[in-house]
Formats: sequence, C-alpha cells, structure tokens
Amino acid sequence: MANPLKCDLCSKPATVHLTQIVNSKIHKVDLCEACAQAKGVTDPSGFSLADLLLKASLNPEPTGDVKCTACGFTAQDFKKTGRFGCSDCYTHFTRLLEPMLETMHKGSAHSGKVPQRALDRRSLYERLTRLETDLDQAIKAERYEDAARYRDEITQVRQSAGPQENAGK
Amino acid sequence: MKINELIDSPSELTDTAASKSAVVLMTRIRLARNLAGHPFPGWARDTQKRDIRDQCMQAVAALPQMKRGLAIPVETLDELQKQILVERHLISRELCHAKAGSGIVISKDQSCVVMVNEEDHLRIQVLRAGFQFKKVWNTINALDTDLEEHMDFAFSPTLGYLSACPTNLGTAIRASAMMHLPALVISAQMEKVVRAVNQLGMAVRGLFGEGSDASGSIFQISNQTTLGESEEEIIKHLHGVLNTIIEQELNARERLVGTEPNKLFDKIGRAYGILQNGHLLNSGEAMNLLSLIRLGIDLGTFADTQRALVDRLFIECQPGHVQHAAKGAFDPAQRDVLRADRLRSEFAKVPSPDFTHAAK
Repeated sequence: MANPLKCDLCSKPATVHLTQIVNSKIHKVDLCEACAQAKGVTDPSGFSLADLLLKASLNPEPTGDVKCTACGFTAQDFKKTGRFGCSDCYTHFTRLLEPMLETMHKGSAHSGKVPQRALDRRSLYERLTRLETDLDQAIKAERYEDAARYRDEITQVRQSAGPQENAGK
Repeated sequence: MKINELIDSPSELTDTAASKSAVVLMTRIRLARNLAGHPFPGWARDTQKRDIRDQCMQAVAALPQMKRGLAIPVETLDELQKQILVERHLISRELCHAKAGSGIVISKDQSCVVMVNEEDHLRIQVLRAGFQFKKVWNTINALDTDLEEHMDFAFSPTLGYLSACPTNLGTAIRASAMMHLPALVISAQMEKVVRAVNQLGMAVRGLFGEGSDASGSIFQISNQTTLGESEEEIIKHLHGVLNTIIEQELNARERLVGTEPNKLFDKIGRAYGILQNGHLLNSGEAMNLLSLIRLGIDLGTFADTQRALVDRLFIECQPGHVQHAAKGAFDPAQRDVLRADRLRSEFAKVPSPDFTHAAK
C-alpha cells in the first residue's frame, strides 16, 4: 500500500487535498481534518490558499542559523511566524524565500508601481554622502584640486535637488 | 475630529446614496507600506513602534485628504469604539488586539483610512460604496504618492514593496469587493463558485474578512497574489472575475423567479413580516432577513429607494452599533430586543412588497 499523504502543517495523515491552478502552475496542499477546519478550508468564506501555501512551504528544513544582521531575526523566527523582522531580512533570507515565491505568486519579479520620487531622493542623498566623504579625504590628503572639484559637484547636486535635498535623511 | 464625533457622523457606508449596485455593495483597495530601515511592527520593540507611529501619523494626518479627520492611537480607544470601526470596515480585527504603538488615521468622510503598525507600518485603505474600482484606485494611488513625498518606503527593484509577510510582496495591493450573492446561496451554488474563484487565484472571505462567516449572503472577493503583475493588471483581472460572478448571480435570480417564484417570494415576504413584527433578532438572523429584502429590492418587489436603508442597516444591526445607539452596556439577549425594536420601527415605514412586478 502506498504511503498515506501527510498534512503539510502538522504531519498527521492528510484527508483534505486542495489544488490551485495559477498561470498553468499547479499548487497542491494536503491537510488533516483538524488543520483544514482551523484554516477555514471547510468554511469557504474564511479560506485563503496563499497563507496556506506560505505555511506549507515553511516545512522544509530552515536554512541553518541564518540571521538578519540588521534586526537579529532568524530563519527559525520566520518558520514560527511566517513574517520577517525588517526589510533587510529579504536580502538575508533569499534562499528561504525563492522557492516560496514561485508557489505564492504569479511571478518572482515586481512589475508594478515604483516609488520613483523616494528612490531619486535616496540616490541623491547617497551621492551627496559619497561626495562629502571624498571631499573630506581629499582635504586630509591635501589634494586641493580634487577637493575643489568635489565641492563644486556638491553645490551642483544641492542646487539641482532644491529644497528636497535633505528629505532622504 | 474626536472619535465619538466620527462615529456619530454620516459615512460612506452608513449614510450612502451610492447604493445603486445590485450585487456589489462596496469596493475596497488597501496598500501595505513599510518604512525603510525600521523593524516591522511584529518584531519592533514598543519604544520603536511608538517612534514609527508618531512619524507615520504625523505624515498621514498632514495629507490634504485627511484634513479635519481623526488621528488617534489605538490604545486610547475603548472596546466598543474599536468594534464600531471594525463593523464599518475601517479597521481590521487584528488592529483591535494591538497592545501598544499602533494608530489610526481616518478621513472625515470615512472613505480613506490608514492603519499604523498593524502587520505593516502602514496599511492604506480606500473604500467606496458600489462597484467603483477605477475611482478607488485613483484615490489610493494619489494618497500613496503623496505619502512617498515624506517617507522612504522599503522597496526593492525586483521584489517591489517589502512587507512583513511575503504573501504581500510586490505591489502589496489587496483589492476586494463585497458582494451580495443571495441567489447563489439559495440555489446551493456558492461552494462551486468559491472553488472556481480560488482556482482563478482569488480569495473568498466572509463579511468581516478572514475567518468570519458569510451572514447575509455577503462575501468578500479579493486578489491573492501581489507579485508579478502590476496594480492595474491585478484590478483588471479581479474586475473580470467579479463580472462573471455578477452574471452568475443574476442568472441564478432569473432561474429562481422563473422556476420557483413562490418559494422565493415566500422567503422575501416572510422576511418583511419578521422585520415588521419580530421582537428578538440576533445579528446573524437580521443580516439574513435584510439580505432577502435587498434581493426583493433588486427584483422590483420594493422601491429602489429602500436599498440605501438596507445597506445602512447591514452595518447598524451589528452588535457594536446596536449597543452604541442604545447608549449603554447590554448583553447579547438585550441587544436582540433593541435590534428588533430598531428594525420594526424602520420597516413600519417600508410599504408592502409588490410581487406582481418581479413575477413578470
């Protein structure tokens, strides 16, 4: 006899089997009766397959003891909550995230709105910070021609930014 | 604006003349946004959450759309006030349980809401009565762009807007419509519809979101995936699914009138009788009776002008609203009496149904 399927959430024998087809991709979730009820699968009005797929895909072994250097969040924390600690976690838990995105979404790349003004502000701020560091180093090293060039560039960037210049700080 | 002033003022959903749509009661879009360089609410310390809240609420309250609205920390609200905001679909049940450092900003007309430190730093939401995705998207898009002037949102060129939960990544948009589907429920086709809608990548939930029941035959249909498509594509896709459901519902109504008119009119007539004469009505029963009256309005057995009354009562029959109107603390049994009193007095003014028009 074939091995009975196990519940994706608690590993008990599964009796409820869900299939969703998104963009010709088939996603399957197997649940025991208790988890199916708890997740509202038996009550159509409370059922969200995306959350289920997230929980189900958290079952594979967590990726060792990876930790977000910005907020201290760990892979174990993610496995427990299904949520991240901060936006930097997305760069630290790429290996954990990539297989999940495939299951969860229609694509793995963003193709919507971009906060252009905020991004422009951010890159302007980063450019200014870089130029100010270069200026300091040039002065310390007594490279006065370079320093003058950096100063002119800083003035130019600030003028083009207008009153928004410090908004990214 | 103070919270009690807001509760007592007319809102988009409790005092609307916009209820012209036979099937779609309400259109809502929410966007999740987070500040770059700050821990998400679920991981932040209380002091960090308070700092984030102050920063967000200041920026949101300064928006022209939020002028003369309400900006308030969640911990200053009592349970009844929170319950009323949930019943008006202005805040989530999750936000009610927030311990410290969460806040709410609501526009004067109660069509724009920003929840601060719910699951994400900002949950921007716009809702309108009826089927109005274009208008709602334009409003929320402008609100989001205005906010971006003052805040650095966590964003990645490949993953889009970064949210606490990866299920919201990308556009971080949740577009939903609240649909009244009594004929599909009566003819036992709702389960089939839910299955089909799920297969198309959409979620179906009850009146108050995840885990709530679908009393009054009201369902919320929303997109499930947020990454890989633009906001406009997601809305267009959902719009198409909703149009199909509307068509199915209208066909089911036509079939019921055509094949089982007496069974249908009996339900509508009895609902009218109970609403005019009942003395004990819990919120679930009231919702189901009102649902039948709304179906009667759509079929022409009651005047079109009654639709706004029914839509208002859908909200005002909820426990929090009943308790607030009666100005006191009541147990559920007392609320059932008060609810029935209110419905009797409202339906005493509603003329008898005319079934001849619907039967044609």
